[in-house]
Amino acid sequence: MSQFKRSDGRANDELRPIKAEMHVLKNADGSAYFEMGNTKVIAAVYGPREYYPKQLALPQESMVRVRYHMIPFSVKERKSPALTRREIEISKVIKEAFGGCIKKDLFPRSTIDVYIEVLNADGSTRVASINAVSLALVDAGIFLYDLVAAVSVGKIHDQLIVDLTGDEDQNSEADMPIAMMPSLNKILLLQMDGTLTVEEFNNLMKMGIQAIKKIYEIQKETIRSSLESVLKMYGQT
Amino acid sequence: MSEFKYGVFIPKIKQKFILNLLNNKKRVDNRDFIEYRKIKIKYGHIPNADGCAEVQLGNTIVIAGVKLDLTNPYPSEPDRGTLIVNAEFPPVASPDFEPGPPDENAIELARIIDRGLRKPEVVDFKKLCIVPGKKVYGLWIDIYALNHDGNLIDAAGIATMAALLTAKYTKVDVSPTGEIIRTNERLPLEVINFPVYITHVKIGEHLIIDPNLEEEMIADCKLTTIISNGNLIGGIQKSGSGALSIEDINQALENSLKIYPRIKEIITSSVK
Repeated sequence: MSQFKRSDGRANDELRPIKAEMHVLKNADGSAYFEMGNTKVIAAVYGPREYYPKQLALPQESMVRVRYHMIPFSVKERKSPALTRREIEISKVIKEAFGGCIKKDLFPRSTIDVYIEVLNADGSTRVASINAVSLALVDAGIFLYDLVAAVSVGKIHDQLIVDLTGDEDQNSEADMPIAMMPSLNKILLLQMDGTLTVEEFNNLMKMGIQAIKKIYEIQKETIRSSLESVLKMYGQT
Repeated sequence: MSEFKYGVFIPKIKQKFILNLLNNKKRVDNRDFIEYRKIKIKYGHIPNADGCAEVQLGNTIVIAGVKLDLTNPYPSEPDRGTLIVNAEFPPVASPDFEPGPPDENAIELARIIDRGLRKPEVVDFKKLCIVPGKKVYGLWIDIYALNHDGNLIDAAGIATMAALLTAKYTKVDVSPTGEIIRTNERLPLEVINFPVYITHVKIGEHLIIDPNLEEEMIADCKLTTIISNGNLIGGIQKSGSGALSIEDINQALENSLKIYPRIKEIITSSVK
C-alpha cells in the first residue's frame, strides 16, 4: 500500500473531534452549533410559521425552506456574501434531505425555515450543516421520524477515508457526502463527485454508515444533556 | 416531490392509477422498468455553435450547444482549459417555468452535468492550453430545455455528449513574439472519457428508469448515477425529498451499469 498518512494523523476511519450544542440562539425557535474539527456551523430554525403569499401555501403539508450560506471570512480567500451556485445547490439537497424526515402533514399551510451559516469551512461543511440542523429541529420541537446524521467519505491516494478536511477534499479522487436516518436505515442525501469502482463505493458506504452511527450517538447525548439543563433550570432534577 | 406550482398537476386518482400499474409490473406508456423512451438526436442545425445537438427523449426536448473561446486560465490551473456548464429552463418548455435567472433545479442540473465532465475529464484540458498562465481555450456548454416531459437530466447528458462529439474549434498558432494567430484550420474536440447520465425514480416500492413527467411528479425521490467508461461510477446525485434504502441504490447502480453500453451506442452511432 502507499505511504499515505493523513495530515492530522487520524486513522482512515476516524472522525475529527466533534462539539455539539443546542439552543445557542435565543431568538430562533430552535438552534444548534456543530463543530467537526475546524468546520464550524451554526443553524437556526423558525417555524412552523405562516407561509406568505398565502395562496402558494400547501394545503396538506408544511413547506421546508433551507438556506445554506458561507460567511465571507469562513474560507481562505474572502468569499462574496451573495449566494453562489454551489450554495444554491447545497441548499436544495439539504432541503430535500429534511423533507424526507420531517412529518410535514402535521403543519399544513405553514413553512419551516432553516437557516445555516458556515462560520469556518474546512471540508465536509454540508454534512456538518445537516448534523446541526437535525439538532436545531429537535430544539424547535418539530416532529421528526428520526434524527439525521451525516458524514462525508472519500478516496485519496487510493485509500478510503472518512470525514474529509478541506485539503483532503481538494486533493481527493472522490468525495461522497451521505446523510441518513440511522435507526430506519434510510438514506436522505447522497452525492458523489469523482470516480469510484462499484467495490470502492460499497466499502465507502459501509465506512460511512459506521461513522454515521457514531455521530448519531453524539447527537443523542447532546439532546440528553440539553434536556437535563432545561430540567435543572425549572428545578426538576 | 411537490415542487410544482400550478401549471402541471397530477390528480390523486391518476397517481393511484400509475402506482397500481407499477404494482402489476406495467408503466403508463407500456415500457419496461429499465427501458428508455425513444431517443432521437439531431446535429448541426445551429451552424454558429461550435458543436450542438438536439435530443428528443420521448416528448422531452433538450438542446445543448458548445462554444470554445480564448480566455484566461484559473490561477490554480494555469496550463489547462476551463469548463463552464450552464443550464436554463425557459418558459417555452413548460407552464411551470418562469422567466428569470436559473432556479435551483436548473443550477442543480448544470452542476450534475459538470460533475460528470470534470472527473474523469471528458476532454484533455491540457490540450486546450495555448500559452500557459496567459491564454487557454474555454469550453462553454449551454443546455436549454425546449419541452419538459420528464427526465431533463438524462436528455441533457445525451445532448451534451453528442454536442461534444461533433464540436470543432479553430486552431491557433503562437508567433515567436507571443502573438496569438487564428488559423483557418478546424480541429475536432477529442472525447477521452464517455459519461452517461442515468436517472431512476422511486415510486412506492418501485425503481424505474427514465421517468416521464407524470412519473417524475409523483415520485418520492430521484437518483441520478453517472457511469463513465462502462464500469466506473463518475458521480451520484440524489434529489427529491424521499428516502432510499441501500438496496435501492445498489439496484440503481446495477441497472445503470447494464444500460450504459446501449445509451453510449445510440449516441456514438448517431454521429456521422
